[in-house]
Order: sequence, then C-alpha cells, then structure tokens
Amino acid sequence: MSTSIFDHDHHFPGVELPSDIPAELLRKAPLNLPNPAELEVLRHYTRLSQQNFSIDTQFYPLGSCTMKYNPRIAHTMASLPGFARLHPDTPAPAMQGLLQVLWELQEWLAAVTGMAAVSLTPAAGAQGELAGVAMIRAYHAARGDHGRRKMLIPTAAHGTNPASAQMAGFAVVEIPNLVDGDLDMAFLDQHLGPDVAGIMLTNPSTLGVFERRIADIAARVHGAGGLLYYDGANLNAILGRVQPGQMGFDVMHLNLHKTFATPHGGGGPGAGAVAVQERLRPFLPLPTVGREGGGALRWVTEQELPRSIGRFSAHGGNIGVLLRAHAYLRRLGRVGVSRVSAYAALNANYLLKELQRVGYQAAFPERRASHEFILSVSDLQKATGIRALDVAKRLLDFGIHAPTIYFPQLVPECLLIEPTETESKATLDRFVAVMAQIRQEALEQPELLREAPHHLPVGRLDEALAARRLDVAAAQ
Amino acid sequence: MPYIPHDGLETAAMLAAVGVERLDQLFDEIPPTLLVHDMVLPEGLSEMALHRELEGRAMSNAPLRCFAGGGAYAHHIPAIVWEIAGRGEFYSAYTPYQPEASQGTLQVVYEYQSFITRLTGLEVSNASLYDGASGLAEACLMALRIQGGDKSILVPENLLPGWRRVLDSVLGLQQIRLVTVPYDRATGTLVLPAEAGDGAALIIPQSSALGLLEPVDALTDWAHGHGLLAIAVVNPLALALLKAPGDWGTQGADIAVGEGQPLGIPLTGGGPYFGFLACRKVHVRQLPGRLVAKTVDGQGREGFCLTLQAREQHIRRGKATSNICTNQGLMVTAATIHMATLGGHGLQQTAVLCHERAALLRELLTAVPGVSLPYGGPFFHEFVLRLPQAAVAVRDALLGHGLLAGLPLADWGMGEAGDLLVCTTELLEEVDLLAYRDALTAVLETL
Repeated sequence: MSTSIFDHDHHFPGVELPSDIPAELLRKAPLNLPNPAELEVLRHYTRLSQQNFSIDTQFYPLGSCTMKYNPRIAHTMASLPGFARLHPDTPAPAMQGLLQVLWELQEWLAAVTGMAAVSLTPAAGAQGELAGVAMIRAYHAARGDHGRRKMLIPTAAHGTNPASAQMAGFAVVEIPNLVDGDLDMAFLDQHLGPDVAGIMLTNPSTLGVFERRIADIAARVHGAGGLLYYDGANLNAILGRVQPGQMGFDVMHLNLHKTFATPHGGGGPGAGAVAVQERLRPFLPLPTVGREGGGALRWVTEQELPRSIGRFSAHGGNIGVLLRAHAYLRRLGRVGVSRVSAYAALNANYLLKELQRVGYQAAFPERRASHEFILSVSDLQKATGIRALDVAKRLLDFGIHAPTIYFPQLVPECLLIEPTETESKATLDRFVAVMAQIRQEALEQPELLREAPHHLPVGRLDEALAARRLDVAAAQ
Repeated sequence: MPYIPHDGLETAAMLAAVGVERLDQLFDEIPPTLLVHDMVLPEGLSEMALHRELEGRAMSNAPLRCFAGGGAYAHHIPAIVWEIAGRGEFYSAYTPYQPEASQGTLQVVYEYQSFITRLTGLEVSNASLYDGASGLAEACLMALRIQGGDKSILVPENLLPGWRRVLDSVLGLQQIRLVTVPYDRATGTLVLPAEAGDGAALIIPQSSALGLLEPVDALTDWAHGHGLLAIAVVNPLALALLKAPGDWGTQGADIAVGEGQPLGIPLTGGGPYFGFLACRKVHVRQLPGRLVAKTVDGQGREGFCLTLQAREQHIRRGKATSNICTNQGLMVTAATIHMATLGGHGLQQTAVLCHERAALLRELLTAVPGVSLPYGGPFFHEFVLRLPQAAVAVRDALLGHGLLAGLPLADWGMGEAGDLLVCTTELLEEVDLLAYRDALTAVLETL
C-alpha cells in the first residue's frame, strides 16, 4: 500500500472567518484536511495511478463493458476552453457552438439506432433505463391504460434492469432463457397480458448470442399491448448493421462510455442517452436540443414538451461525455461505424475459436459469438477445484484484466469475454497463450491459481473483514 | 481504419481461423430482414479536420466573465488537478471490481470519502452519485427507507428549482408526496412548518436558491422534534467556512448531500459533475451507490476494496438501495486531487475570498441608481439584486459587455421580474467587479 495523503501535512495558521456571518452559522472547529505541498500531491497521486490497470496500459477482455480504446482527441476536444468554461445557464444565443454539437449527436444517435428522437440527458446507463421505463409508464398512463404494472425481464439481464424497473414503480417478472440462449417463448406467452407494461431485452443478449426470434417476440409483446425496451449495453455488436428500431424496440438507452469510446474513468462518468419511436417522443426527458426554422438552436423545456417524464439531473446531463462521443462518431463517420461491429465480431469469434483450441469450453458452442462470448470452467472445477475466480485472478499476474465472472449467473463458473475491435491480433494471440498456460497450471499447480495474484501491490483482500470493520474514512 | 489495428493479412488469417470468408458472415445468425440498408451519417474526418471543426464550434461560444451560480460555479482549478486525473491510468480504468488491479482508484476514493466526512461532519460518504440534484433524490429515497412506510418529504420552496424538478420526476414515479415548505417573503428564509404531517424528512438548503443562509440549527431541531430526518443540502466549498451538517442543531443533520462541482470540476455547460452523499454510520446499509473500505490481504498488507455490495443492483437486483451502477469516478478523482492541492487551509482561504468578493460586489451594485437589495440576511457568495428593469433584459444586454451577469429569478418562476441572482468567486478580481458596476450602470441608463 502507498502512503496516505494524510501523511503529508504542513502547519498553517488558522484562517480568519468573515465577521459579517453570524457565529452560529460558522464552522465550530477548523477544517481538518491535510495541507500537503504541491509536489507531494503530484507524487502521491501519480504513484496511486500506477497501481491501477487501465486500457492505456492493459488488455481488458471484460464482457458486457466494451472496454475499447478511448481516443485522446476526444478528450482534447471536450477540454477546449470554449466548452469547458461554459456556465450551464448561459443564454442559448451565447452557446450555439455547444448546442450544435449536441444537436448533431442527437441526430446521429437517432440514425444509428433507427429511432425517431433522442434525449442525451441521462447520466449513465442505469439512469437511461429509469428514464426509458418511466416513458413506458407515461405512455400507458396517457392512454388511460393504468393496469399495466408488470415489467418482464430475462433472468440473465443486467442487474440495473430490475433495479430501474423497481424504481419506476413496476413489479418485475423474470423470464428464463432456453439452453440454446434464446428466450423461453412459452413462458413469455404465459405472462403476456393486460397487466404487462413491457419487456426489457438486450440483443445480442448477455449470453453473447443474438436473439434470433426478436421479430416474433416484438409482435407478441406489441400484440398484448406492451412496449419493448432495448438495453444498449451490447450495441457494439450490431453497430451500423442492425438497428434496435428495426428490430421492433420502442425505447432504448445507449451507453456512450461503452459503444462510443468515452472513458470509464475508474467508474464513471458515463452517459446513457435514450432514443424512442415517434409515439414516445412527447415523453422524452428534458432538456433536449431543438432547432428553429432559421437554424438557431435552443434548449427544449417543459413548455414545449408538457408531457415529458421530467428531469433526472439539474442541467443537461454529462455534456463533457457527450462531446467526446460526438468527436468519436464524427471521426469514424458512416463507414467507420459499420467497421466497429465487424471487427468486434471478428475479434470475439477468433478468440472463441482459439480458446476452444487450447481446451476451454464454450457455453454455447453451437452458436455464433456476437461481440462477446461465454466460457465455462466447470470442467476445471470438477477436475481440480479451480474456479472462474481463480482463473481471473491469475490473469492479473500476466498484466491482463480479468474478464467478467459469474455473470450471467445461469452459466456456472463462467467467464464473459469481450475483446472489442480496438485490440490487435497480436494482443489476442498473447491472451490465448496466457490462457493456455493458466489452464496447464490449473491442472499441474492449482495452488498457484488459488493464491493469485502474486505480482500486484496486494493479494486477494479480506472482503468479509472490510464489511465487518467498515473502515470507510481515515480516523481524525 | 480509425482505431482498428487489423491489416488485410491479419484479417484474412482470423477469418480463416473462424472458418468464414467474409466479415458479413459473422452476422449469419441475424435474420436478413433486420440488416440495415440505409443510415444517414456524415463521412468520417481526419483527426486534423475534426480538431479544426470542433475548435470553431468551441470558439463560437463567446467567452464571458461569469457572475452566474445557481448550483454551478466558476472556480480556479490548479493545473495539476486534470494533469493527474487525465492520466490514462485513471482516465481509462474500469470500475474497481478487481481490487488487486485497482488499488490506485480505490485509495483515491477512500481519501475522497475521508475528505467528505470531514467537510460534512458525518461518518460515512459514498463514492459519488451523478450530480447534486439526483443525489438529493437518492437521499430522499434513503430517508424513506430508514423511516419505513409511505411518507412524504418536506421540500423548501427556495430549493434550486432545477433540483425540485428532479425530485418531482424521480420521487413522482413512486407516488411519494412532496410537501412545499414556504419561505418568508420579507426575509427570503424558511419559516418553520406548521405541522410535520406524515413527513419522513425535511430538506434544509444551506444556502438556498436565493443565496441566503438559513437558520439550520432551528430547522434541524424542528425536524428531529417532529420525528423527521434532516437532509442537509450544502455547497462543499462553503463548508470550509460554514457549520458542518453534523453539527447542526442539538443532534446534527442525518444526511448531507450536494453538488461537488465547485471542487475542481470544469463547468462544461452543465456536466459531468458529481453528487456527494454522507450520512451517519447507523444508516450505512441504506446508503445508495458504491462504498470503499480499508482491509488487509492474506499476508496482512493493507489494501482497499468495495464493500457492502449486497446493497447494490449487481447483487440485489430489483431489491437494491438504488439502480445506480456507473457513478462519476473520474470527477471524484479530480475533486480529491483538488482538495489535496488546496488543502484545508487553501479551501478556507478560497471560501473566504469568494465571500469577501461577493460582499464587495453587493456593495458596489447596490450603489447603482435604482438597484436595491430585497433580502438583507447573511449569505455565502450569492445574493439577489432587485433591478429597476426586467432582469432577463438586463442580463441579455450585459452579454454585449462580455458579462454573464447572473440568473434572472423569473427564469425559475421565482421572485419579481427585476430579481437577479448574482454570484462571485475568487476568479473575479476587483477590476472585474468594477467593470460589472460600470456596465450595469450603462445598461440601466440605456434600456
């Protein structure tokens, strides 16, 4: 472990507090934060940065997270002073440059998704989901259809799906997947009815395969009066090739920090723009950007869109992230966008074949991989007791970030692997060689895996102790 | 091909390994009727052309001296803050679910949590929420979980209207009733509510949307006396100066929440910022969002990991304390470096400077003929001016003088037509304040 920032402290005399503020409103004691010197701050946080894995330093085959390269030009563009210094309440005529960027991004995301309208405001995927299911609710309510309280969600869905549906006041009904990865249609039919508001799906699903009967599902859900929600987490798989709008989805969110290459930043910020078909346009979250006849751009507010589901943040959303996504899309253009899914699929299918070649078992060997795929190490567990967690931790020793593990839960001892299109064949080949070595180690020296990682600043941490002690802030 | 490294030979070798001839065949499980034929997107640009186009857009946003606040504030950000936060190891890292490979981010968040607990005087801080307004909605939901049963939230009328709209949108989905607590038209500050009703919590803003400091001790005690929780809404920079929520009244506020943007986050037209949320330890299991704890590894070495994850959606799914997953990690990294760079001393100095400049500007502007001060109470760095003309027209005219003069309360449906909320930070020096006075004098003479 590094030293703490609290180890760097220099003494300063107290600051005199203003006399025109009543004493009972002022701090009782001086603010007890450390006073390090600037060079101490610089070294401390530079050293901490060096204890992180990151895309800039490591390969991240992290399924369902789309850890692709974050082009530096996007960061440079979002940091331009003309954008960075703009106060959110600047009148529209004085921020036309920014509004132009946002308006274009709305148009482009509508084109990419095959939807009629876009709101960029949701701050992350989960907030986009909440806005999306809130629109489904508002749509039914506006038609006087008040009995639709249920949201259908596959068992394998991201945890945010049921959590968002719950937050929007729906009761969640989970639908199982069949052994080939497709949805259980018989179960779907049983549950469709006048109490169902809609269904939330990811396609390709979290199982890494394309839901082949999506048109049929859409027809059945629409036939029962429900709407279809598309979780855009896996949009990278079909970018420029299939549009959610064309698959029959009514509303969706996009994860700009996945598909559109904005950085994950160690946990955020993301951006979870929502896109809708025409019939849901009146309910979009605000503000959106509108264009007048003469070309002038303005924020669209409640006055113009009175049936909107409202606002989910104080201003226009994570605009700095939107600027980055715009720069990425503008750089790629129409042709570049279609290449994304082609090479994401090529990398995933190549990696799947190669990992099968060195002995790993695919969860859905009969299926074409999308941009990601699932391996199960149940065979290793039976033979040696080695679990997916051990394989993941051992990968860290080789300077490769662990894949997503134990998600989706219905495949035992699973690794969900997504290489993304920005990784080269050489990187993938090295990953295969490392995975082959780890498999060998599992069979010959299983303790090497069980105790991994060996070469990082810390080994496996005692998470039970962390929860019991709950040391969540430095003692004063 | 931008950002795709494959050359023709590599692509061919990989296709052969997969057992197909063309890239299109990788999509052979997708029904052909679903394939895209037409997609209206522009052609791609070189990096150079992209730079030129966006620089043009950025430069068309006229640079203005910023006297606007209302929840977003123009402060100086030391150069090292984004120099370090922009390092690839922070910028392009994933959520720290693999703690051994994420000790840098995890220790930063632990230090951030430590700083926030000291600013707020509460024991636990989460690892951030999207922004202050959505953070307040989460704080209300948290208070409702703690109190149990269907209850309402008491919301001050002088809460920032943008925040109120977020509460309406988020809490409205669960049929939670919001009861408005009015402010005294003469003083601008809150009146103790007549009754608590079935309220779960009282929201107490310090300062309010009118820039005024509220009698937080009396409000907190009133809340506790009526069985309500007290939710403090605070500016983190102001807390370098003002009483910490944990010290409000006899028992202290239960939850503190606020907009973290003043701590090193650029304005960028409204985001990304971050919401902070702190609470008493007794309520930690109802806390939304990620939380980092210190622990040890098998060899007894200290390290950090995410904790109490059973509260979160990836474990608890539909029964989680919130649906939040991605938070504002990089903003928290910048804020932590910002607070460390300024230090406790620097934060206090900055807060005092903001207040002194605001006090000076208030004096200068109220000396302009026709301009008055509707509320005389204490304030931090924002105050309401009453202009003899419509504030919207004055604000628009001052744009021509290179000033964003403030926020017309009429835009929010508050106050009178002449009311303008003005903010001053350490960025504005005396010469800027004098320029504002002169420009306002000139504009009022000609309008």
